[in-house]
Amino acid sequence: MDLLNALVALTNFVLIPAIAYGSQLALGALGVTLVYGILRFSNFAHGDTMAFGTMVAILVTWGLQSMGVSLGPLPTALLAIPFGILGCAALLLATDRVVYRFYRAQKAVPVILVIVSMGVMFVYNGITRFIIGPDTQSFADGERFLMNARQFREWTGLAEPLVIRWTQGITLVTAVIVVIALFWFLNRTRTGKSMRAYSDNEDLALLSGIDPEKVVRVTWLIVAALATIAGVLYGLDKSFMPFTYFQLLLPIFAAAIVGGLGSPVGAIAGGFVIAFSEVGITYAWKKVLTYLLPESLAPDGLVQLLATDYKFAVSFMILVVVLLFRPTGLFRGKSV
Amino acid sequence: MSDPLHDDRGNRDRSITNPAGQGSPLPGYHGTAKPAPGGPFLIGDAMTGGYGRGADILHSCTIAVERGEIAVIVGPNGAGKSTAMKAVFGMLDLREGAVRLDGEDISRLSPQDRVKKGMGFVPQTSNIFTSMSVEENLEMGAFIREDDISGTMAQVYDLFPILKEKRRQPAGELSGGQRQQVAVGRALMTKPKVLMLDEPTAGVSPIVMDELFDRIIEVARTGIPILMVEQNARQALEIADKGYVLVQGRNAHTGTGKELLADPEVRQSFLGG
Amino acid sequence: MSNYLRPVAMLALVAVLIVGTGFVQSWNSALLILNMGLVSAVMSLGVNLQWGFAGLFNVGVMGFVALGGLSVVLVSMPPVPEAWSAGGARIVAGLILGVGAIAAAIVAWKTLSKKVRGWAVAGILVVGFILYRMVLSPAVDAVESVNAASTGYLGGLGLPVLLAWPVGGLLAAGAAWIIGKTALGLRSDYLAIATLGIAEIIIAILKNEDWLARGVKNVIGLPRPVPNEVDLQRDPGFVESAAGWGLDPTTASTLYVKAGYALLFAAVLVVLLILAQLALKSPWGRMMRAIRDNETAARAMGKDVTRRHLQVFILGSALCGIAGAMMTTLDGQLTPQSYQPLRYTFLIWVMVIVGGSGNNYGAVLGGFLIWFLWVQVEPIGQALMGFITAGMGEGWLKAHLLDSVQHMRLLTMGVVLLLVLRFSPRGLLPER
Repeated sequence: MDLLNALVALTNFVLIPAIAYGSQLALGALGVTLVYGILRFSNFAHGDTMAFGTMVAILVTWGLQSMGVSLGPLPTALLAIPFGILGCAALLLATDRVVYRFYRAQKAVPVILVIVSMGVMFVYNGITRFIIGPDTQSFADGERFLMNARQFREWTGLAEPLVIRWTQGITLVTAVIVVIALFWFLNRTRTGKSMRAYSDNEDLALLSGIDPEKVVRVTWLIVAALATIAGVLYGLDKSFMPFTYFQLLLPIFAAAIVGGLGSPVGAIAGGFVIAFSEVGITYAWKKVLTYLLPESLAPDGLVQLLATDYKFAVSFMILVVVLLFRPTGLFRGKSV
Repeated sequence: MSDPLHDDRGNRDRSITNPAGQGSPLPGYHGTAKPAPGGPFLIGDAMTGGYGRGADILHSCTIAVERGEIAVIVGPNGAGKSTAMKAVFGMLDLREGAVRLDGEDISRLSPQDRVKKGMGFVPQTSNIFTSMSVEENLEMGAFIREDDISGTMAQVYDLFPILKEKRRQPAGELSGGQRQQVAVGRALMTKPKVLMLDEPTAGVSPIVMDELFDRIIEVARTGIPILMVEQNARQALEIADKGYVLVQGRNAHTGTGKELLADPEVRQSFLGG
Repeated sequence: MSNYLRPVAMLALVAVLIVGTGFVQSWNSALLILNMGLVSAVMSLGVNLQWGFAGLFNVGVMGFVALGGLSVVLVSMPPVPEAWSAGGARIVAGLILGVGAIAAAIVAWKTLSKKVRGWAVAGILVVGFILYRMVLSPAVDAVESVNAASTGYLGGLGLPVLLAWPVGGLLAAGAAWIIGKTALGLRSDYLAIATLGIAEIIIAILKNEDWLARGVKNVIGLPRPVPNEVDLQRDPGFVESAAGWGLDPTTASTLYVKAGYALLFAAVLVVLLILAQLALKSPWGRMMRAIRDNETAARAMGKDVTRRHLQVFILGSALCGIAGAMMTTLDGQLTPQSYQPLRYTFLIWVMVIVGGSGNNYGAVLGGFLIWFLWVQVEPIGQALMGFITAGMGEGWLKAHLLDSVQHMRLLTMGVVLLLVLRFSPRGLLPER
């Protein structure tokens, strides 16, 4: 039995990837939950919003790369994120002006807005594919490893290597900064509080002199930022493909609902719950178990509970289990 | 369900829609105030109208309140008491009549603009931000103010000491009477020129009701005129300088609180003898 | 009178569009559009049943369509005896074990006391899962290694392919029952996310469980309910009558086959449409609409709303299953990778909304019209882009624009949906 090596293997193959993926999902789910709280519908276009923001960031990254700009060990894409956010915000605000505002003025029922967001989803999908095409794009540069296998082995003398990629480190750090900034904004600033008030009780917010259009504009701006950052981080960590981003909709929705729709804390918790379950259940545990169990009991199969393709099934199972026990999600879906 | 944008086909799917806290349709007032000197401090004059394009609920109904006074609207269920108050606040489509405040005709102003003109309104239900702390509720009440609000907040805490004690608690966790205090406090935060209360004592116990009435009188003593709709007609008329008895959207009886309490007809029909 | 005029005029428009395609492009394209239009109409009829009549938000249409496709393989392909002897019985045993474990867990949940039932259920499921994998995995490996290049799966029952259509409906209905039981039974329903998830799971199963339908290796050469083109071309009688029409044998045979499909599909659509109309006008349909328009009142009158919702959800999903089976029969192959939510879930929603939620004729119209657009946007876009870029010099921009025309289709669908929702939110054929 080799506890230390088992622990390293677990960290390397489960904990680190799950934390990175969880951070990306959490940022995505925060965007969904904000729209749900303020505009009161689940935005089917969110995956494609992420794709669009990321696409802008990728185009800018390529531009910067061709001009020879770089961030040293860090990926150039980090410099492009603000441009991605700007592009994404412009798209969202334009969409709101042309599409959503009409229904808001009419006080249309939310389910109509859900259908409207399907239309928006098609449009975004078309735009993104039209500009950058449907294929996989890679835009990560800079150093690959924050800590590579050789360094770790030399450093610790363990047989099992621990590899941390820069993108994973960046993902976690960025996500923490973004989440702290968001919570500070929502709980400490006047505009943030007015958003919470609007989400809680639209009529009373109106009576208090809060301008609903401003609340909605700020919401879209934040959603643009969250979606672009989540998308760029995901793209750096894995790769960018419009269809993959569209498919992220399911784990992101699942995360938001598991956490309790409308609750930002819930969205973050939900993101990590989903990520850890997905990675944990689709990981082949053979290596970890080989270290832990006596030789006679060592597994001969991969000890993979489900094939990687079933990761959506995992999101979904977690969702069902949570909803069976807590119909409002982990953090009772409250207003933003 | 003739209107497709307001027909959800009975969908109750909470994974895609969030009905909580959604606003209600309001008339699209986008006008400005016009000077109209003279007359009472606040008056809804000969108001006729209803919700949207629906049938008229108010028929030439007049409600007024003078500086330093408490005016009370009473009447049987469905008489249009709350509707009359909402009409004064601009939440109703007026077909005839006018609303004037402090020498200005504000009939074409949106409710938000009326708040800026100095109206404080406490709706009957959903009148607090349940997920926000008491203090945040008060802050939101003062949203339109750019100046320092700490003085006003201290005044509200003086008036409702329990709120100071619970200022960090989410308002939704308070008792019914405390919630109403938060609601009134929130409306006072704008330093309104007139305070409008829609059934402030609905659903609270008699003891709490007495306390609330005491507080309302205290507010009135600070010089803010109060227009109030009340279900408990007798108690309300006792503290009222002026009373309006509405029946089916029309003024049935008008007078001082004492006059109405003494009026045998009013006593018989509305006060139970 | 105008009540009838509008649907007739709209359907006439569809006919003109399709016949026009026949004249302008080719009769083969026209029949292809017609056939898939018929299939799409059945799907949108199913979604309309759920959304239009009961307000149920099904965003997992793709899953039910795929189950219909699976049924074609399971019903019509010949069984693979070597695979069955290699591990067929063991797979069946494994599946029974799996279902048994879930059933045991449900029973335990319902009968045991609150304190222990959580642990008991978790225990049953974990042990059940381990046993299930222990029984199933070796059998799956055995089956998949049987002649992997051409079979490697259990095969089907070798029954007539037309039987797969109702079976597809049943399969989809079964899945819908499970989903509905879970998602509609929760305190407030979570049908949208449930269907979204299940659809992805069904596709994942089709892609991964090679023993079932060869996964991503696809099942090709499915039996057909109509004659084969090659056989027709060899039939002297057919060649002769084709010549009588002035057609060469190849064109004539493809047209003949497609027309055969069209007749079959049309028959199914007409029957389903009549049934849907009858259901709508029956006391059951009136009750459904009463529930939809005022659920509280319906509940107060003692109607079991959840049960009714479950019924209509199952029926609608069954229609999607039937349509899925029809489509796979038409394709002659099952390719799990071709199932994409935009095409098989959200496009159907566009059909329903554009056609007119709550109106069966509207759903059918939407099915045809949107499918026509889906197919024709590309050539139209190509022509348009060719015109726009005609003046441009050769360069990457021109190449990029011409190359990207294929994505115009998604954009167009979105714009059409948004325009309809904005300017005619009841759709082209409103409910009332």
